[in-house]
Amino acid sequence: MTNTSPASKADPTKLQAESRNATKAQLLEFWYYFSQNKGAVIGLVIFVLLVLMALLAPLIAPHDPDFQYRDSFLVPPFWEEGGKAAFLLGTDAVGRDMLSRLIFGARFSLFIGVVVVTIALVGGVVIGLVAGYVRGMTDTLIMRVMDIILAFPSLLLALVLVAILGPGLINAMIAIAIVLQPHFVRLTRAAVLSERTRDYVVAAKVAGAGHIRLMFKTILPNCLAPLIVQATLSFSNAILDAAALGFLGMGAQPPTPEWGTMLAEAREFILRAWWVVTFPGLAILVTVLAINLVGDGLRDALDPKLKRS
Amino acid sequence: MPLLEIRNLKVEFDTAKGPFKALDGVDYTVDGGEVLAIVGESGSGKSVAMLATMGLLPDTATITADKMEFEGLDLRTLSSRDRRRVIGKDISMIFQEPIASLNPCFTVGFQLGETLKTHMGLKGRQARDRVVEILTSVGIPNPGERLSAFPHQMSGGQCQRVMIAMAIACAPKLLIADEPTTALDVTIQKQILDLLVQLQQDSGMGLIMITHDMGVVAETADRVIVQYKGRKMEEADVLTLFENPKNPYTKALLSALPENATGDRLPTVSDFAEAGGF
Amino acid sequence: MAGDVILKVRDLYRTYDIKGGMFKKASTLTAVKGVSLDVERGSTLAVVGESGCGKSTLARMLTMIDAQTSGLIEIDGLPIDISQTGISKEMRQKVQIVFQNPYGSLNPRQKIGHVLEEPLLLNTDMPSAERRDLALQMLEKVGLQPEHYGRYPHMFSGGQRQRIAIARAIMMKPKLLVLDEPVSALDLSVQAQILNLLADLQEEMGLTYVFISHDLSVVRYIADKVMVMYFGEVVEYGTRDEVFENPQHDYTKTLFAATPRADVDSIRKRLAAKAA
Repeated sequence: MTNTSPASKADPTKLQAESRNATKAQLLEFWYYFSQNKGAVIGLVIFVLLVLMALLAPLIAPHDPDFQYRDSFLVPPFWEEGGKAAFLLGTDAVGRDMLSRLIFGARFSLFIGVVVVTIALVGGVVIGLVAGYVRGMTDTLIMRVMDIILAFPSLLLALVLVAILGPGLINAMIAIAIVLQPHFVRLTRAAVLSERTRDYVVAAKVAGAGHIRLMFKTILPNCLAPLIVQATLSFSNAILDAAALGFLGMGAQPPTPEWGTMLAEAREFILRAWWVVTFPGLAILVTVLAINLVGDGLRDALDPKLKRS
Repeated sequence: MPLLEIRNLKVEFDTAKGPFKALDGVDYTVDGGEVLAIVGESGSGKSVAMLATMGLLPDTATITADKMEFEGLDLRTLSSRDRRRVIGKDISMIFQEPIASLNPCFTVGFQLGETLKTHMGLKGRQARDRVVEILTSVGIPNPGERLSAFPHQMSGGQCQRVMIAMAIACAPKLLIADEPTTALDVTIQKQILDLLVQLQQDSGMGLIMITHDMGVVAETADRVIVQYKGRKMEEADVLTLFENPKNPYTKALLSALPENATGDRLPTVSDFAEAGGF
Repeated sequence: MAGDVILKVRDLYRTYDIKGGMFKKASTLTAVKGVSLDVERGSTLAVVGESGCGKSTLARMLTMIDAQTSGLIEIDGLPIDISQTGISKEMRQKVQIVFQNPYGSLNPRQKIGHVLEEPLLLNTDMPSAERRDLALQMLEKVGLQPEHYGRYPHMFSGGQRQRIAIARAIMMKPKLLVLDEPVSALDLSVQAQILNLLADLQEEMGLTYVFISHDLSVVRYIADKVMVMYFGEVVEYGTRDEVFENPQHDYTKTLFAATPRADVDSIRKRLAAKAA
């Protein structure tokens, strides 16, 4: 074949620019549908602020989260009678600044979310891909095990696991990841089942793609949309479960400023000092709500059934 | 007075990339006892016009028309309750995917009976007898037994017959068939087309065939409207259109038919677009 | 020319086991029953039939997607029996397929360039610059622009996607191309363009086509030989003119009679019958 066609002389940089444009258009379209959902945008803004807060915690927190001011136990927030301007949201029973603890607590909550979702997602996707792609006995076996995990009340199972592994933040995260993972497995498997018989998969097979390539390069990218949505929802679930484990004394151990643990420590002061329970509770609520809103927006933007007028 | 008269129909959709004009000022008239074919390729707006008439377009569509009358009844100002009374009874429609158009959860007999109950007030024994009668008229063997069949137990052709039965159950004055045979095999297509034409001639209703297939047009239509990109290209009776097409686009479509091929290559629409300037 | 047979199929069978349930006995379904055919190099064999007649199953066996239950397939002298020998790279380079639905046959998350380069990446050790050059050449050959290289499939119309699918199929310069209803999902005017493209490519690259279709007018236009299938069996097999001028089997006659005619004479006849 002669190499004189104009196509083969096409400028590679121009081609690259064109390719980038296509990617950009893809992202722009995604953003259009996401931004149609006002709640999702608000959620995203709050989430970004939370991330910034967590990253810059040492810079913006007014006090050391673990330092105990012996002269100011249970100081109320500054607008209440007896409040001090130095402790904007008051102090807890041993004189630690609430605001600083909340700010540092964001680090733990987001860390928990990221780690738990990563473990559950990676594990769930791989297991689900294998189940959906291989079918047969492997599939049956995997799905029955997942059914058994799902049959337990999730928090109870996490508690049992933590009891076996021993209390602590890391073990709590592993336990929550195991509990959340079957959802990813089922979702991935369902998506794989619907994709694997599509013509483009057959075409890749005819082109000579092996099993691993078909699973991870051809099928997986087309199953990602529901997984991303599930991942955001699991993110908030993980934070909630970790807070619950913390509250039950099985998660992060004091003096870690984890929001759930803070709630647990404040249990006996609920009637005397409302702020020690209200603010960590509010922090959990706002974070979970923001992430769920983002998840909702992602669903709108990624679900091809809902868009496409 | 024509059965259905629409003047200057415009339909616009809101999309991510701004408004999209699906129909740009098209007129339609159908008389009772007439078969009108609307032909066009995808994106020509051939289905949109009839969906607009039926009030079946999504909220993102903006519909404007100078006139939109069915038997002198202004469809534009009709409340949705009154519209429902007309649609399904006097105007009914059948779609491309027969199996998807039937509810998989209910038996064929139940779905047909429901139509009769809603529009004709027939119940019990009476409704059942009428259902059997209609199923017989659309050529379903053993209609008595077929009543308790679910849609997935029947073939595509049979489902389309049931859809037709449902559409003609209330003796409509106008039947709109949107690509009724596109999903079916050739031999089944022939049967369904024959059935539709037969029913139309027996009852004297108006029939609108929406299709992309020139063969279907040639086999069924009295009059033809050719559409392209939301505009009407040509309107003529069927013989004139095939014998002596006026519009360059119509000419292009007809010569792109493989059976009309004369030389080695098929002429394409773009060959004509340059010459005809549409 | 005669005797230069590129595809030889003898007595091909494909059966599917239908699993029994609680109330159902297990049974077998024979999708293809004893098909034999020969296709000469550079010619087009059209396989005609209605849904469920086994024509797509035949296509899947010819393109090594499924294995045959019994029978012989020989492509360019190479015997194909993937359940026994597996698929070698050499076998892959002989035959490729184009699917019916251009919306489903391209991976929505893969840019066109990667779609085209995938067969080369998997079967040859060509350096990436060379692969890209070849992909660009193919794009041009099927009537697309080099700037389409980096775009995603959803940015194209149905006809353009089918062009891409054709380009992918001929990337490895196969000897035999199986076309599974390549134009039935397309508009009439686009259909004409794709048929023209296929004719050009056949001439230029010496391709052999197995063209699967239910549309007799397209078959009559493109085929050299025609095979009519009915419930897995071949009921009619011959040159185009033999089959169209003088069909032998009842089913073929029914099929021809059912095909809508878009010529003036038949319209006149119909209108006259209606008026009477």
